Amino acid sequence: MTVSETSASTRAETGSGPMYDADEERRARKKRVEAIAQWVIPITVMAIAIWYWDRIVVWNGIEPYILPRPGLVMRTLFEDWGTLSQSLLVTLQITGMALAVAVIGGVGLAIIFSLSRFAEMSFSPFAVILQVTPIVAIAPLIFIYVESRLVGLLMCAWIVAFFPILANTTLGLKSADHNLSDLMTIYRANRWQRLRYLQIPSALPYFLGGLKIAGGLALIGAVVAEYVAGTGGIGSGLAFRILEAGYRLQIPRMFAALFLIALTGVIIFATTSLIAHLALRKWHESALKRE
Amino acid sequence: MRVARLAERAPILHMREVDKTFGGEVVALRRMSLTVNEGDFISLLGPSGCGKSTALRLIAGLMPPTVGRIEWEGGQGADDLGVVFQEPTLMPWATVAKNVWLPFRLRGHSYRSVRDRIEEALAMVGLEKFGNAYPRELSGGMKMRVSIARALVTNPRLILMDEPFAALDEITRQKLNDDLLELKAQIGATVIFVTHSVFESVFLSDRILVMAARPGRVVQEIVVDEPYPRGIAWRTAPEYGRIARQTSDALQGTLYTREAAE
Repeated sequence: MTVSETSASTRAETGSGPMYDADEERRARKKRVEAIAQWVIPITVMAIAIWYWDRIVVWNGIEPYILPRPGLVMRTLFEDWGTLSQSLLVTLQITGMALAVAVIGGVGLAIIFSLSRFAEMSFSPFAVILQVTPIVAIAPLIFIYVESRLVGLLMCAWIVAFFPILANTTLGLKSADHNLSDLMTIYRANRWQRLRYLQIPSALPYFLGGLKIAGGLALIGAVVAEYVAGTGGIGSGLAFRILEAGYRLQIPRMFAALFLIALTGVIIFATTSLIAHLALRKWHESALKRE
Repeated sequence: MRVARLAERAPILHMREVDKTFGGEVVALRRMSLTVNEGDFISLLGPSGCGKSTALRLIAGLMPPTVGRIEWEGGQGADDLGVVFQEPTLMPWATVAKNVWLPFRLRGHSYRSVRDRIEEALAMVGLEKFGNAYPRELSGGMKMRVSIARALVTNPRLILMDEPFAALDEITRQKLNDDLLELKAQIGATVIFVTHSVFESVFLSDRILVMAARPGRVVQEIVVDEPYPRGIAWRTAPEYGRIARQTSDALQGTLYTREAAE
């Protein structure tokens, strides 16, 4: 009885305007709050963490060669920008090229695997062995055999980055809808048409997932390889700058270079995520907003 | 397009004494013979495991028969078949129009050269306004319509439908049944329709092949000699009820023989 009275009075209040019940209003409010919080909360927490770092240094009177204040790291970044930006460019170049070669190699190999079971049986063990052996263990050998430092770095970064692309794309090429595959047979599609119109679009979400992982791994590969390669001079990347600064106890500079590496990683992740979103937003479940 | 009377139709496909055995011992289909004539609407009706889907896959050329032959009158051309599966089976990454384009695309026809035919096919299934939509934006029934448009866009000699409406709700299903008959009346298509619904088969088809399981085989052919177009009047006609009962009895018979055998 009371329930029906309440609903009757609500209806009288809202009149002829659009009808929102209490539950829907609550949902809408929650959605608005979440939309703002999504940005505000991480930024605030990050700012507090940095502020707290600064305070810890000041309160405890920690020397800058042990732990620099965040402001000093930023200042070093600007003062050493000439050297650091050169190194950033080198690291970016190696990462980018390794990722590009990983995409070509990974996708190419995956397509060959999908065309021939025998090729897959023959070569997938090599791919697995390359993947499971830590890159730091392989890198010294590579630098013995490969004359060019750049090529060596590139190979290391490539070895780390290509496997997720290969594995994901191979899986994707195999997971085309069986009925669509039958349809292709009924319409007498040739191997190439089947690949182009069915398997490659089916594999796209898988490939893009692999690309996201490979982007981060290419950077890791490039940095790790440079630690192994060691020798510096012109054409050294950020990893070498960290090593070098470490030897000279230039801790703020180590932080500045580290900051650039982290930033690079974030930008790579954001870029690959954006590519994935743009490619899939029209049709794939992962990129769709639910009503 | 007027469809000739049953006896006057020209044959387009023969199944001659076809057997299909899986793994050397599972008999999915035994001694199935069938002549499909131009303009036929044939229903394959039976319990699960009666080989109706196997028969369809054999006709579609997705696998060869173990024994027997399937022959197309005048040989099989590339555009002779259209297929509708139980699921809509659309490419989620392509728009509705691009999905309907697929059979042409595989023949090397550019989209522009066949756009009129694609639009015509979409209009036939009532989706002329949805050419640019993606499949995910459509309801289950609408997706099925796209699938039907794709099957008939090349104007094939034979359209195979494998329980196309089984996953849809009753109301959508009836609407699609009505529309399918209207389409058939328009283009005079020849259809083989797999179903496990007695009423659907009597409403839609002019030939019902009742099949039994273990081993899969045809036990009876029932002719529904009611001219098209059929509508709501046919659903409530006494003759419809009589044939539905006859078909239902035939189907019951297959169930009892199976139980007796077990």
